Amino acid sequence: MSIAIAMVLVVVGSILFHVLSPWRATPIASNWGFIDDTMGLTFLVTGAGFVAVILFMAYCLYRFRHVPGRRAAYEPENQKLEAWLGIVTTIAVIILLAPGLLVWGQFITVPKDAMVIEAVGVQWSWSFRLPGADNQLGSSDVRYIDTTNSMGLSPADPKGQDDLLIASSELHLPIGKPVKVLLRSIDVLHDFYVPEIRAKMDLVPGVVTYFWFTPTKIGEYEILCAAYCGTGHPQMRGKMVIESEADFETWRVAQQTFEQSRKSDASRDKRASAQ
Amino acid sequence: MTDASVPQNVAPPPAEVADVELYHAHSWITKYVFSQDAKVIAIQYAGTAITVGILALVLSWVIRLQLAFPGAIPFIDANVYYQSVTMHGMIMVVYMLTAIFLGGFGNYLIPLMVGARDMVFPYVNMLSYWVYLIATLVLVSSYFFPGGPTGAGWTLYPPQSILTGTPGHEYGIILMLVSLILFIVGFTMGGLNYVVTVLQARTRGMTLMRMPLTVWGIFAAAVMALLAFPGLFVACVMLLLDRTLGTSFFMPSLVELGERKDYVGGSPILFQHLFWFFGHPEVYIVALPAFGVVSDLISVHARKNIFGYKMMVWAIIAIGVLSMVVWGHHMYISGMDPWFGFFFAVTTLAIAVPTALKVYNWVLTLWHADIHFTTPMLFALGFLVTFVNGGITGLYLGNVIVDVPLSATLFVVAHFHMVMGIAPVLVIFGAIYHWYPKITGRMMDERLGKIHFWITFLGAYAIFFPMHYLGVLGMPRRFYEMGETAFVPASAATLNIVITVIALAVGFAQSIFFYNLFKSLKYGAPAGGNPWRAASLEWQTPETPPGHGNWGEQLPVVYRWPYAYSVPGAPEDYLPQNAPPMRGEHSP
Repeated sequence: MSIAIAMVLVVVGSILFHVLSPWRATPIASNWGFIDDTMGLTFLVTGAGFVAVILFMAYCLYRFRHVPGRRAAYEPENQKLEAWLGIVTTIAVIILLAPGLLVWGQFITVPKDAMVIEAVGVQWSWSFRLPGADNQLGSSDVRYIDTTNSMGLSPADPKGQDDLLIASSELHLPIGKPVKVLLRSIDVLHDFYVPEIRAKMDLVPGVVTYFWFTPTKIGEYEILCAAYCGTGHPQMRGKMVIESEADFETWRVAQQTFEQSRKSDASRDKRASAQ
Repeated sequence: MTDASVPQNVAPPPAEVADVELYHAHSWITKYVFSQDAKVIAIQYAGTAITVGILALVLSWVIRLQLAFPGAIPFIDANVYYQSVTMHGMIMVVYMLTAIFLGGFGNYLIPLMVGARDMVFPYVNMLSYWVYLIATLVLVSSYFFPGGPTGAGWTLYPPQSILTGTPGHEYGIILMLVSLILFIVGFTMGGLNYVVTVLQARTRGMTLMRMPLTVWGIFAAAVMALLAFPGLFVACVMLLLDRTLGTSFFMPSLVELGERKDYVGGSPILFQHLFWFFGHPEVYIVALPAFGVVSDLISVHARKNIFGYKMMVWAIIAIGVLSMVVWGHHMYISGMDPWFGFFFAVTTLAIAVPTALKVYNWVLTLWHADIHFTTPMLFALGFLVTFVNGGITGLYLGNVIVDVPLSATLFVVAHFHMVMGIAPVLVIFGAIYHWYPKITGRMMDERLGKIHFWITFLGAYAIFFPMHYLGVLGMPRRFYEMGETAFVPASAATLNIVITVIALAVGFAQSIFFYNLFKSLKYGAPAGGNPWRAASLEWQTPETPPGHGNWGEQLPVVYRWPYAYSVPGAPEDYLPQNAPPMRGEHSP
C-alpha cells in the first residue's frame, strides 16, 4: 500500500524537480536550436509515458492489493490490447526519431561556404590553426613533429606556409559565419566540447574528424575535453571567443604564420647556440 | 469439458533424453569446494560476485567523495580517482552483474526450473567457476603491483589506456586485459552449459513455451554472451599485444609526451567497435535475466498469470537480436562515419518497442491481481520504476542528435546507473529474498527486508534522478575535479554533496541486507518447500534445499505452464507445473 503512495510521490517529485530545478541547459550560442527542440520534444513524450505507466501501476497496486477473499482474474493474454499498445509505442518512437534524424542530416552536412579551421589536441592542451591568405590548410603528419613544429605541419607543403598557428589555447571566431572544425589529435582521444554550442566531436589520432556550427552569440566560452585523455583530462581547457567580424580580423592578422614561427624559432636557436 | 480430452493431457510425453548418472561427491572438498553440483557452484559464483561487488561499492564512495569534496580527502588524488572509476565500472558490469545473473542465478535456477538433475557438463561447470575466480583474483591483484590498477576508464580505450599519463599503464592494464581474457574463457564454459542444458535437459512436458521467463531471460542472455564476448576477447588480446609486443592493431603513429612512438597504422576506432560489439549486448546480458526474474516475482506475488507470456518470450528474443546491431550508438561522436548514425539510431530506438511491451505486460499483470506486498514484490515494483525511468532516458541517448550534447556528460552516468545499475540490483535483491527459502530452507526477515528496500529504492532514485540534470547542464563525466568553470553554478556543487551523502547512506544500508542474510541462515523461520505457494517447478522438489540431483528417484513431469495462478475451478490459487491436469483442463 505504501508503495502505491511512494510511486505517486516519485512521479510528482520528478515532475516538480524537472520544473523547479535550477540545472538546465546553458543558454545556446549556436545554430543548433533544433537539437534543443528535439530534446524538448523528447522530454514531453517520454515524460508523458513515464507518468502514465507509473500512475497506472500505482492505481493497480492500490485497487488490487490483497484483501481476504480476493482472487486474481485469469487472463493469459489479450492480443488486441497488446497490438494496440505496440502500435501506440511505435508511433511515439517515430515521433521522437523522425525529427532527430532530420536534424542529424543537417548536422553532418557542412555548408559549402563554411570557414575551415583546425583544432589540435595534445595531452593536455588545445592549439588551433587557421588558413592563411590562400584559404587552404597545408598537410600535416605526426612525422614532422619536433620542437619547432609542434603541430606537425609539412615543411614542404606550400599551402601550409601561410597557415596561422594559435598556440595559446584561445580560439577566436566571427559571429554568424558557419565554421567547419577539423579535429586532429597527436596522442590520444580527445573531444572538442563547448556546452553552449551543443555540438561536439572526438579527436582521434590517425584520422581527421570534423563537425560544424555557426556561432550566434558574442562572448567567451570554455572549451573542455569530453573524451577521457589521462590524469590531466580535467585541466585540458581552452577558450572560444566569439566576436564581431572586425574584431576577429584584428585578432587574425596579429597571429604568426607557420613560416614566421619557423624563422623566429630558428633565429632563437641560433642566438642560443651563439651564447 | 468432456472426459475425452483428459487422457491425452494426462499421458506424459515420452522421455527424449535418458536420465543421467551424476558424479557423487565423496569428500567435503569435492562436495563443497571443487563441487560439480550446479547449486553449490551457483553459491560460489554469487558469493564471489557479491564480495567483489562490495569492493566496487566502496570504490564508488571514493568517486563520490572526490566529486562532492574535491581535494578535501588526502588519499584521493587523480590517479586514485581514475583507478576507482575504472575498477568500479568494470567490476560492477562484468565481474558482479554478469557473474551473479548467469553464474549465480543461472546455475541455481536453470536445472531446477526445467526439471534437470544438473547442468549437462558438470565438470566444465566447475571449471568455469574456478577460472572466474582466478580472473577476479588477477584483477584485484593489480592493487599490489607498482603503479596499481589501470585508470584507463572502464572502456579501456586505446591509445590512452596503454600510454603514460594514465595510471596503471605499467602493470594494471596488462592485468586487466589478462583478467578479462580469463573471465571470457570461464564464461564460455558456463555459457555453453546454460544453453545446452536448456535445449537438451528439460524434463518431460517442459516445452520451450512452458519455461518460466527467468529461464528464457537467462537462456537468451547466455546465447548473446556467447556471441558478444568474442568481440571483447579479440579486442583484449590485440590490445595486450599492442601493449607488450609493440604491434599496432589500435595504435596509429603518435607522439607520447613529446616523444614519437614506433606505432604506425592502427585504428583506435576499431577497438571501440569491438568493445561495444560486446559492450552493448552486455547491457542486455544483464537486463534479460533481470526481465525474466522480475516477471516471475510479479506473477507469484500478485497471484496472477503473467500477462501476454508469448509476447514476453518473443520480446526477449527480439531484444536479444536487435541488441546485437546497435553498438554504434555508443560511438556517435567517436569520429566514425556519420552516416552510421542513421542506422544505429533507428535500430536503437526500435528496441524501445519490445521493451515497452514488456513493461506494459508487467503492469497489466497487476491489473485484476491479488497483490501481496512481500519484500520480493517490493523490489520487483522498485525495479519497474527505475527501469522505466532509465529506459526512457535511453531514448535520448539513442536518438543520435539528442545524444550529441548529452554524450560524455553526467546524463549518461545517471542513465546507465538507473537502467543497468539500480534496476538489475533491485531485481537481484528481490530474487535473493524470493529464492532464499529454497536455497536454505529458511525465510529471510520480512521487516528488515522492507527497511532495506525502502532505503535502497528511494535512496538510489534520489542519487541518480537529479544527476541527469547536471548532464543537461553540461557537466562532463570523468572529471576528477570541475575546477573553475563559468557555466557550472555553485548550486551544482551543493547537489553533488547531497548526492554523495545519500550514496554513502544507501551504501551503508546494505549492511542491513547482509545482517539479514546471515542471521536468517540460523534464525530464519522454517520455510517448508513452497512458502510463496509458487507454481514453477523449482518449488516442487522433494527436499528443501534440494539434494544432489534435485529430484530424488523420479524426474518430474510437467503438465502446464508456470503461471497457472488463480485458475478458475482450481481448488487453490495456484497449480504446480507438475500437478496432473484437472478434468477438462487445457493449459498452455
